[in-house]
Amino acid sequence: MILLNLFLLIPVFTAVLIPFLSAKGKAIAVYAAVILMAVISGYQAVEVLMGHEFNLMLSGNFVSGDIRLRIDALSAWFILIINFSFLTGGFYGIFYMSSYRLQTKNLSLQAILFILLNASLTGLCVIQNGFIFLIVWEIMALSAFLSILFEHENAAVVKAGINFLIQSHISILFLMIGFILVSSKTGSYDFDSIYLYSFHHQGAFSLLLFGFFFIGFAIKAGFVPFHTWLPYAHPAAPAHISGIMSGVLIKIGIFGILRMLLLIHVDYKMVGSAILLLSIISGLYGVMLAILQHNLKKLLAYHSIENIGIIGIGIGLGCIGLGFHNPVLSSLGFAGALLHVLNHSLFKSLLFFTAGNVYQATHTLDIEKLGGLARKMPQTALLFLLAALAICGLPPFNGFISEFLLYSGLFGWLHQADVAWVIGIGLSFSALVLIGGLAMICFTKAFGIVFLGSERHEFSHEIKEVSVLQLVPLYFIGAFIIAIGLFPNTFLNILVQPVQLFTRLQALPFTSFQGQGTEVLQSVGRSSWLLIALVMVVWGIRKFIQQKKLRAQSPTWGCGYTAPTPQLQYTASSFVKSYTKLFGLIFMIQKNEKELTGVFPSEAHYETNPYDKIEKWLIDYPLTYLKLFLNGFRFVQNGKLQFYILYGILFILSVLSIPLIYEQINGFIEFLKQL
Amino acid sequence: MLSLILISIAALFFTGIIIRTKSIASGRKGPGILQPVFDVLKLFRKGSVYSETSGFVFRIAPIIYFSSVVLAMLTVPFGASKGFISFNGDFIFFAYVLALGKFFSIIGALDTGSSFEGMGASREALYSMFAEPAFFILMGSLALITGHTSFQEIFSTLHLGSSITYAIAILASFVLLLIAMIENSRMPIDDPKTHLELTMIHEVMILDNSGFDLGLILSTGYIKFAMYGALIFNLFVGLIPYGYAILIFFALQAFLAILIGIIESFIARSRMNHNAQFIVVLSSVSLLIFFGVLLVLGKFI
Repeated sequence: MILLNLFLLIPVFTAVLIPFLSAKGKAIAVYAAVILMAVISGYQAVEVLMGHEFNLMLSGNFVSGDIRLRIDALSAWFILIINFSFLTGGFYGIFYMSSYRLQTKNLSLQAILFILLNASLTGLCVIQNGFIFLIVWEIMALSAFLSILFEHENAAVVKAGINFLIQSHISILFLMIGFILVSSKTGSYDFDSIYLYSFHHQGAFSLLLFGFFFIGFAIKAGFVPFHTWLPYAHPAAPAHISGIMSGVLIKIGIFGILRMLLLIHVDYKMVGSAILLLSIISGLYGVMLAILQHNLKKLLAYHSIENIGIIGIGIGLGCIGLGFHNPVLSSLGFAGALLHVLNHSLFKSLLFFTAGNVYQATHTLDIEKLGGLARKMPQTALLFLLAALAICGLPPFNGFISEFLLYSGLFGWLHQADVAWVIGIGLSFSALVLIGGLAMICFTKAFGIVFLGSERHEFSHEIKEVSVLQLVPLYFIGAFIIAIGLFPNTFLNILVQPVQLFTRLQALPFTSFQGQGTEVLQSVGRSSWLLIALVMVVWGIRKFIQQKKLRAQSPTWGCGYTAPTPQLQYTASSFVKSYTKLFGLIFMIQKNEKELTGVFPSEAHYETNPYDKIEKWLIDYPLTYLKLFLNGFRFVQNGKLQFYILYGILFILSVLSIPLIYEQINGFIEFLKQL
Repeated sequence: MLSLILISIAALFFTGIIIRTKSIASGRKGPGILQPVFDVLKLFRKGSVYSETSGFVFRIAPIIYFSSVVLAMLTVPFGASKGFISFNGDFIFFAYVLALGKFFSIIGALDTGSSFEGMGASREALYSMFAEPAFFILMGSLALITGHTSFQEIFSTLHLGSSITYAIAILASFVLLLIAMIENSRMPIDDPKTHLELTMIHEVMILDNSGFDLGLILSTGYIKFAMYGALIFNLFVGLIPYGYAILIFFALQAFLAILIGIIESFIARSRMNHNAQFIVVLSSVSLLIFFGVLLVLGKFI
């Protein structure tokens, strides 16, 4: 109880304090608050993972009912990830924001929002009362919305922010319907009442309820086709906020889906295969669009959709495993999903932070303008490369471990499944492989064009590496990425308790990963060591042999052409040209070109802008028609004051007349009921 | 362990045999079978020239490329004898570690800032993405028919009984052979002998590598051939005693090398924009195997 009060006091106290501090003081205050909150919530979370569950009952008001707080293993896992992201992101943010030191008011707001975002995300993992959950969810959404608006003088940023705000509220709408649906039947907002109610009303109602919650949370998580806000919001926000949004904010959607799986009784086979299908589509669609992007952060944002797809594949497999009473499939599926939540938060925040470094140094995120940064910013380049390898799921890094768990689950299930499911398995692993291959195209492009080769654009300012302190959190994340790759079992063992929550749903025998086929992870870890050793040995041999040999430098071989310019280099668009042509049907690329003509060609230009087809069909067209329809009512808003007064009078009259005609309305409703 | 030694020996001869076959087919005498090995040894002794544009990525890329293929080779078994690395799902590791090598060879090429090498890198990235599902569907079908998920267990329990299993094994060797051709950038995807940089894939990516690094890249190619040869061999070996098996192993490797040599002599390279379709066809052959396995297991009615 004391800890809880302390935890709640920290954000309030810091928020009040921050406006009165200097820029440096703000940074220190924010970070101190983040550390304190991380210590308190982290301590509780670790306690929970050791086996002591945290439960607390607060008396609420007459609307919300009693407010129950509870940290179970699932919440604990997410709390730890949130803490890690905020600790590294906050530290990075202090240095990233230092170039905006003069915008004091803006910084104060940003600092307060950062604390609020942290507190609300942690709160969402703990609260077990739908009413309060929605309020905290709203705090989270609003603070994220305002954080995105940091560079609000830029029109594109405001547009992206508003897009986020609207889509967040659609998500809240669905969640609200879900919570109200239960509370209208049971009179309580407590999560337990969802559990009990759905236990007694299995079948269509539970499915409907789950559907509402799923859509609500899926909008936040960014499953296709609910993903359209993501590619706008991520590039608009400051780098540390993008890192945190991609690392943990969208994961709160995943948390919500997992939480609802624990609460609502559904047909696991059906729900599992639906999630699996949606995730495969998300994974493929996300990465396929990512490849086309020219904006580095937008590219990363589309990759978040892909990774949400991979996490979803894990959840889907886990559910199907529950449906088939298959402990191996279900434990590996959920473990893969949960581990990928951590992994993605690590490498994606690292990618966003390094992209932030690039932005800080060059003031642009346009891939086509960058190039050769590895020589100017070697450490940023190395860290980006590390994260890029990890996100492609390559050994010896963490991404491989979570994907390996999913593959193990799939192949382990292969022998027991019947024909329809075998085809499903084939589809799933082909999708995973394709996602991996496409991610490789994407990140060889991103890394190769941004960091390698020579500069494609002359910058008027000097480009230099960011400060060492700013790189510290990035190295810290990098160390974790490698550690998970090399010691996978250590991390997997932490997952036993969260996974047990799910296997218990169907009373599957599962106490640890021993005997579930994950001992092989030890071999995977060992093989990764072997790879590193091998690379070092070959490196040593080369060093030894080359000692006395000639090592000359010369220009790149131009195949006979002797006056190459940086403009001759392969660009990002040309790198993916053949890919774009092959999959042209899926994309929508707006071209704007003027071709070379004649013997003495004059100027020519070529410009492409990738656009999202789903966005066009799901958002743009309906909006256009809605606008057309609503335009019909423009006569109401005619700008004449007397009309507006008339509307006011009409409104008041109609309100006043309600009691008068109440009897009639009631009678009509009764009549309808009798029908 | 056995497979490691045998594949290494086979790697020494494999490319030499291909080159010799091609020379004989074109009416020349051709170099000795060990000439590629001598080439590599000579390169190892040479100094190197690095491009001014390139940085640490270019220097480490050949090493990681080589190490990844060696590590992949370590997972390949020899009949019932395990590879150096063997665990459930090792073929996933096999594919992913090869992908790591490819990632580095691609960014190594991009590091030189050459438009030609960028072109090769772009093609390599696209084609390897297409080739991977074929391998996974193939291994998935083999895992399905044997009920195991490690190379060694799959191959040692793969019994060729009915005619349909023979069909599956032959289709599987076809897929593996073509994957080997794609991985090594051979016909009909790529022509190692072409003169024009615009039409190359692999050769154009290593234009700037020299000395030790080039030697590493070339020897990686040799190992890759022998490694896929060993995988094809494993499809048929079953539980034949080691003495005969080793003989058959070398005979098969030689046969494959000659076959590749003949294919390369009499087939022209496809047009670049047809390559993708060609590789996707490979995935459909893998799918055929997949459905064949479902038939064998009686999972279809």
